[in-house]
Amino acid sequence: MLLKYFGNDKEFGFVLLLLAAVTIIIPLCNLIFSTGSVFYFSAYTVSLIGKYLTFALLALSLDLIWGYCGILVLGQGAFFALGGYAMGMYLMRQIGDRGVYGNPDLPDFMVFLNWKELPWYWLGFDSFPFAMLMVMLAPAILAFVFGWLTFRSRVTGVYLSIISQAMTYALLLAFFRNEMGFGGNNGLTDFKDIIGFSLQSDNVRALLLMSSGLILIAAFMLCRWLVKTRLGRVVTAIRDHESRVRFLGYRVEMFKLWIFVFSAILAGLAGALYVPQVGIINPSEFSPLISLEIVVWVAVGGRGTLYGAIIGAILVNYSKTVLTGLLPEVWLFTLGAVFILTTIYMPDGLVGLWKSKTGGLNHE
Amino acid sequence: MKYRVMCPVRMVLWVLIFGFIKPAYSQLDEIDFIAPVVGQQEIEKPTYSETILNLKIRSLSKKGQAIERLVTFQNPQTINILQALADGYLFESREYGSIVIASSKENQYAIVLAEDNSQLGLVERSAIKKIKINNSIRSKIRRLIAKLHLNSVDPNLRLLAVKTLSKAINQDSLNILKILAETERDESVLDTLQLVIALDKLKSTDRLIRLEGIETLKEKTSLEAVNRLQAIIEQNSNGQFLEADTEVRKQAKSALVKIEARLQVYQAAETVFFGFSLGAVLVLAAIGLAITFGVMGVINMAHGEMMMLGAYTTYVVQQIMPHHIGLSIILAIPAAFMVSGLIGIVIERGIIRHLYGRPLETLLATFGVSLVLQQTVRSVFSPLNRSVITPEWMSGSWQINDFLSLTWNRLYILVFCLLVFAFLLQILKRTRLGLEVRAVSQNRNMAKAMGIPTGRVDAMTFGLGSGIAGVAGVALSQITNVGPNLGQAYIVDCFMVVVFGGVGNLWGTLIAGFVLGIANKVLEPFAGAVLAKILVLIFIILFIQKRPRGLFLQKGRGVES
Repeated sequence: MLLKYFGNDKEFGFVLLLLAAVTIIIPLCNLIFSTGSVFYFSAYTVSLIGKYLTFALLALSLDLIWGYCGILVLGQGAFFALGGYAMGMYLMRQIGDRGVYGNPDLPDFMVFLNWKELPWYWLGFDSFPFAMLMVMLAPAILAFVFGWLTFRSRVTGVYLSIISQAMTYALLLAFFRNEMGFGGNNGLTDFKDIIGFSLQSDNVRALLLMSSGLILIAAFMLCRWLVKTRLGRVVTAIRDHESRVRFLGYRVEMFKLWIFVFSAILAGLAGALYVPQVGIINPSEFSPLISLEIVVWVAVGGRGTLYGAIIGAILVNYSKTVLTGLLPEVWLFTLGAVFILTTIYMPDGLVGLWKSKTGGLNHE
Repeated sequence: MKYRVMCPVRMVLWVLIFGFIKPAYSQLDEIDFIAPVVGQQEIEKPTYSETILNLKIRSLSKKGQAIERLVTFQNPQTINILQALADGYLFESREYGSIVIASSKENQYAIVLAEDNSQLGLVERSAIKKIKINNSIRSKIRRLIAKLHLNSVDPNLRLLAVKTLSKAINQDSLNILKILAETERDESVLDTLQLVIALDKLKSTDRLIRLEGIETLKEKTSLEAVNRLQAIIEQNSNGQFLEADTEVRKQAKSALVKIEARLQVYQAAETVFFGFSLGAVLVLAAIGLAITFGVMGVINMAHGEMMMLGAYTTYVVQQIMPHHIGLSIILAIPAAFMVSGLIGIVIERGIIRHLYGRPLETLLATFGVSLVLQQTVRSVFSPLNRSVITPEWMSGSWQINDFLSLTWNRLYILVFCLLVFAFLLQILKRTRLGLEVRAVSQNRNMAKAMGIPTGRVDAMTFGLGSGIAGVAGVALSQITNVGPNLGQAYIVDCFMVVVFGGVGNLWGTLIAGFVLGIANKVLEPFAGAVLAKILVLIFIILFIQKRPRGLFLQKGRGVES
């Protein structure tokens, strides 16, 4: 069968096929079958699944840097939010003069703040390609600057985790300010169109899910390829024994830096796909709590496996949706318990548990 | 001319002269009691008790006269009567027909005779009739009381009196203040007196007197002085100066410059104080973490929740004893230490013990603990903020002058922070536990080899750190909202302080806390509160690049691990 093609990597192939199936079948079902049919997926479900897929991409990006390079970044949410904001700015410009104030030049919140003209950093966001470029560039630049400073001075381990948390916290505070020109507390919302098509239409929702799925699959395969290359092997070696790699003559900080920037770009893409599907981006995405939740997804799924991160993100978020709907009070208890139990009893996550049960242990 | 013993005829003459002169200069609108009251003895004069009875008269103007006459008797009881009248405690007893001061006692009124405070026993409300006054009389009474207080032995009362009089100053009260200024010994009263007199001099038509006033104001630290001097150098809408004299304007300007220079010193002092008080909060919050994270190397994300538990403990203790708020805060300190400390020990034994040597996993597990604790508090106490009452001795502020006042609660927290720090330092330095903690933190294996029960030491250390966090929570409950998110708000700051100060170094934590607190407050006027915070965060992030191990690095073996 198809799985044979992947040889030793059965799990990788399985997850990939599953994702492909979700990406194709759900949007198709939504479009072909009519309401009431068993195979019909409502617009809500489509957006929800689309959201899960973006979370999976985000988890994938964290797994690359944490699972393979050993850097626990507690600020991955910052890159996600930056990508989201870049997309949100494009969507804001798409509103044009259909805002509450009907101002063709300025978004509503700027009119509200009595601003006279568009700040320079909003220029260019009318164009979709430029916005897409910024979706990747903004997180990449932040990651580059932050990584360049930290890796060169050999800040590692816990210290790096804590200052990455400080980074996202500082951004949270900054984006809360109205003067920043990103909508302050309320963030960016009330989106209407994307590339001229209404965000409310079923077709666009289905397409968004599909593109989330496709980008996730592409990123998944790219990451898989990356960790198998020479670069990936060095990065894994850095995780296992940094100073030994350095003594062997590799420039550790450069490897770390590029893998960090790449991971930030993936997170930014996830943010950009997330925003049109949920219809809002606000500073709370920068909060340290969100970044920690991402870490849980990866930890629950099993780090250092890539597919584990995807499974973890989808499972945790699915249970979050179910539990917050049924028993809102219980959710934080559950999340807390998952944190504690995973770290103590399942250090390798669900994937590790499954592997040890089936005896298919092949630790990296 | 030599004085001889006056003969009776001359004496009468003098008396007559004084009798005419005195009303002429004081107008006798309000009574001048510094000059001896003579001359009026000629007239048929009512006695003290008769004057008191006159207060019964319904006519308000007669009542006013009676009040004024009352003051002329230099009877110490007058202040009490006037105070009672102003506060509405002065009554007429229907039974005795006399004026009484009443105080309510369990539905009844205990009355004492106004004249000499003799007890008349308990009566019903219907047995007494209130002496009514209007607002103008009330304010007149206030002024009269203030004047009477001017002669009080207590300098605080005198100061208060001077301030009351200066609010609505007239020629008469000014004269009194001037005479008082010559004999006044108490510095703060004298200072206020001079200020009031100098302010009045500015109104004078004589430029020399105005200049004299400005000269005095130069040395005064008062908002009023600044405003008045400012008014002198201002121009009206036509571009003309309100003050015609150039010399006066020049002097006023230089006086303003001088005052403002002093003002800046006060502002700097205030900024530093605010910085220290913010620093104290940071140090208090971070010092428990300096133990758990700094000494043990456990990244305790539940640290903020330990503080939250301490704050909630304060709330619970207050609920138990609602009538002793001041005492409850004191009792909450050991209570919070026990609660947070015990929960800390449970967490260490239950979870962290399994994760030593895996710092990143510890971080995740303790974060899980923090979520559980938050939700527990939310379920038990409700998600809304609870209000913890501030005891009286902690509220209000210490008004040093018009420009500098320090709030008591911040001052207490500063002191408290230093006490906690000293306490912790002593524990680590002088106790057996402290010795073991340091040994384990420096080299765990060697400590174990020397027979130190590392497991128990770990639990105790974590308990100590958590307990201290709980104590910090008591302090935080006084300055911030007590809610489930209290810990979240401080956790990033706490880590920043510990990392900035140097992990494993208590003194580093103390200095880092104060440095960051002051930096924050110094930046605030230029950048605003939020931006200041962001700048400080960025500064720390950059600082860690330069010195990854913080301001003061730990020395010893096994540090590199």
